Amino acid sequence: MLFYVIRRLLYAVPITIGVTIVCFSLIHLAPGDPLSTVLPDNASPEVAAQIRAAYGFDKPLPIQYLVWLGNVAQGDFGVSVQSRRPVLGDVLPAVRNTMILAFAAVLLGFSFGILAGAVAGHVEGSLLDKAVTAFAITGVSVPHYWLGLVLVVVFAVNLGMLPAMGMGPGGQSGFTIDWAHLKHLILPAITLAVIPAGIIARSVRATVAEVRKREFVSALRAKGMPRPRIFLHVAKNAAPVVLAVSGLQFAQLLGGSILVEMVFSWPGTGFLMNSAIFTRDLPVLQGTILVLSLFFVLINLIVDVLQVVFDPRIKRA
Amino acid sequence: MAHATTDTALAGSYGAAAAAAAKTPGYWGGVWRKLRRDPVTVVCMAVVLLIVLAAIFAPFVAPNDPYATSMTRRLKPIGTDGHLLGTDELGRDMLSRLIYGGRISLFTGLTPVFLATLIGGGLGLLAGYFGGLVNTAVMRTMDVFYAFPSVLLAVAISGALGAGLLNVLIALTVVFIPPICRIAESVTTQIRTEDYVDAARATGASTPRIIGTHILPNVLGPVFIYASSLISVSIVVASGLAFLGLGVSPPQADWGLMLNTLRQAIYIAPVNAVVPGVMIFITSMCFNMMSDGLRSAMDVKD
Amino acid sequence: MHDTSQAATLPIADDTRDRGGPMQPLLIVEDLKKHFPIGGGFLRKAPSVVRAVDGVSFHVDKGRTLGIVGESGCGKSTTARLLTHLIPPDAGSIVFDGDPVGPYGGITVADLRKQMQMVFQDSYSSLNPRLPIVDSIAFGPKAHGTPTRKARADAEELLGLVGLNPRQFARRYPHQLSGGQRQRVNIARALAMKPRLVVLDEAVSALDKSVEAQVLNLLARLKEQFSLTYIFISHDLNVVQYISDRVLVMYLGEVVEIGDVDDLYSAPSHPYTQALLSSRPSMDPARRRIAPPLTGDPPNPVNPPSGCRFRTRCPLAEPICAARAPELAALPDRPGQSVACHARGVGTGHSLSPAA
Repeated sequence: MLFYVIRRLLYAVPITIGVTIVCFSLIHLAPGDPLSTVLPDNASPEVAAQIRAAYGFDKPLPIQYLVWLGNVAQGDFGVSVQSRRPVLGDVLPAVRNTMILAFAAVLLGFSFGILAGAVAGHVEGSLLDKAVTAFAITGVSVPHYWLGLVLVVVFAVNLGMLPAMGMGPGGQSGFTIDWAHLKHLILPAITLAVIPAGIIARSVRATVAEVRKREFVSALRAKGMPRPRIFLHVAKNAAPVVLAVSGLQFAQLLGGSILVEMVFSWPGTGFLMNSAIFTRDLPVLQGTILVLSLFFVLINLIVDVLQVVFDPRIKRA
Repeated sequence: MAHATTDTALAGSYGAAAAAAAKTPGYWGGVWRKLRRDPVTVVCMAVVLLIVLAAIFAPFVAPNDPYATSMTRRLKPIGTDGHLLGTDELGRDMLSRLIYGGRISLFTGLTPVFLATLIGGGLGLLAGYFGGLVNTAVMRTMDVFYAFPSVLLAVAISGALGAGLLNVLIALTVVFIPPICRIAESVTTQIRTEDYVDAARATGASTPRIIGTHILPNVLGPVFIYASSLISVSIVVASGLAFLGLGVSPPQADWGLMLNTLRQAIYIAPVNAVVPGVMIFITSMCFNMMSDGLRSAMDVKD
Repeated sequence: MHDTSQAATLPIADDTRDRGGPMQPLLIVEDLKKHFPIGGGFLRKAPSVVRAVDGVSFHVDKGRTLGIVGESGCGKSTTARLLTHLIPPDAGSIVFDGDPVGPYGGITVADLRKQMQMVFQDSYSSLNPRLPIVDSIAFGPKAHGTPTRKARADAEELLGLVGLNPRQFARRYPHQLSGGQRQRVNIARALAMKPRLVVLDEAVSALDKSVEAQVLNLLARLKEQFSLTYIFISHDLNVVQYISDRVLVMYLGEVVEIGDVDDLYSAPSHPYTQALLSSRPSMDPARRRIAPPLTGDPPNPVNPPSGCRFRTRCPLAEPICAARAPELAALPDRPGQSVACHARGVGTGHSLSPAA
């Protein structure tokens, strides 16, 4: 098992390098000269050449990439075109805010999804099962940004119960665990939780129903084991699948939060990326994507390793 | 050496066999027959067909000009005389805009899945059939794109390329290629080891012919099922990109973009503000359930 | 079912493809080897090899049937696939009707495949589930340029020959057939290529006993009708005895004994062959065995025992068996039967070795 874990760790290295290459390429995907975003409009050709050299844009791409990678490794993600501050200083608080939202959504979505899925799987074919299935298919189909708007209409506009914008009272972006802040978290977290709740409910239901049909469960029943204990056995066998699906969903939340953050003006990475896109602040866009995708790689890695711990039979390449 | 005819009755049997061929509809015919018997799928197909037809024939179906603004008739509620679904923030007829909006929203939802199925399916097929280095090169590249959350990748690419319909299509296609490629690769790898592929190779048939006759038809099913489940995702994400302002630009009608521009009116006319989302939701939901129906129809063999 | 008994039989002399004449063996296999690397690659255990087929040699005469028997994992099926080059061999030569197969002179693999076809064990997996069976049969000829109509018509004729009414079956899909019917289709598919040699890899092993008998009879009839030569691979000793002219016994990728079927079954020479044959259940209660003739599983082919590979399970094992691998050699008293065993060879140093 240790062997597998080490191999899996090493496998993450080329993936990480690939991710950095993609992130690096993003700037060069952008139409026009990357220089134009940093260059004053009235710059003379000499000044332009100077700045080009200063940014290293005159060197061949592979060299530029290596220089950039070296800087990134030292925490230098470049300078924001808009704010003129180091990118990392903008990205890290945004990542923290996205994480707060994502964890809240995970807590909500996973507990609901797993519970609903497990119950539905146990009473397969019943009305309750059908209700859960209907919820699941709704959850995976619903445009969550729209759901966010609907929640705002109902709870903020009509009922006036919950705030519709921002992270805390007075537009502040700090976070403490108190009601004033939690109030701001409720709607975006529910919105973000719907898709993973649907997906997890669906796959937990399928897994539990499948495990329950296995012969070892019949054998347990035949020997007269009480139902709660049978449930434990089923749960243990369904756990690796649930873990895999949940891990992937948590990771996907990091990306899915972009749209939700826009709806609720949540000052996270999505919000940051959106403003970076419309001000053509490519270093910020690049930095945010890089940090998020590195998180994504890390989470996938943890999930894979955990899975081996739960289910020693898994030995994937 | 010619095989001798053993039974004179056989000589007359070809016509009969041809008639039997017409009666046995084949695999896809069976799937279609089963889909038709599934009420949920039929209803969803009807709804999607309605939306698609309305979008195609928008100029004939839409009651009003979707671009005609009116300062005096802004944000009229649903049921207003002459505006069945009310008007938007510039006084344009909502129903007409939703009908026209279906054109872009469906197009940006369906095209990437179609393109990704062609490209990703093809790559996966080749990687699976040839294995070895080809497989490693293709699949490890896919792994890198897999290392991004899908929505993030879509936003990143279309954000870097800049707003525009074409860029949304490119971004979503890139996002959907890796998962389709993975499915196609794993199915091909599995089918490649089936004895009927060995039997076909043993006849000395060419590789394209073996792939065309024996591999492709068997890979298509699982790939179609998977791709069909992506349509719903694609519609939601494409509209999401439009919602972010990355898709078409105003005054074009698009469900996601309508949702975006109507947001400012959410306190004045909350119902109008969420109506375009209903269209996205219904369409996405119908495609999702059709995909489920297709999955179970293709699952059973008889 | 169809009556095909009055089918015309083609005499062997009609076959214009016969190059070497009746005395030339149809297939000569010399020192065939296939070692599969397992593991290996980035950060894995050092690669090791499975010696799936390790120096197999035999020949098959025209119009005869060679049976190949052995426990599962002994390399029977790999041998079958090596013969048709579905798996490229690592070493060894194949001579088909006097022509060596390979890039240097002789015939190409493509030429070989036109004359050698295979029937697989898993009747379901060996038919494309998306194709009506008539198209599965017609695929090969179509690939070689037969027009579709003609290929279909021939395929329907072949269906009749294997006992399936084309009117009823031609357009059916594999899952609409029983195992026995599917195996008939597989046989028809192999015959569609008009082969001279058919390799039957456990072709009847998955069938019910009654169906198995029907298919065996069908095979015997087709062999007569089309002057076929068979290589019949099976783990079922009775079936092999019934259908074969000569029998080859494999153990862990090697040939341990080969001989005419009656000699080999009446007087098996290699301890492994003896054990295999005595493991068959006897119909006579008086001859019921108590002790199993062969215990344990075959050793791991990754690291086969030194010397004779059977020695770890052999009742006659002596130090010489661990030191040196026995050569396949004709028995002194029965030249038609060859065996690879120190206890049977002359002057091997084994205590049971017969005097010269």
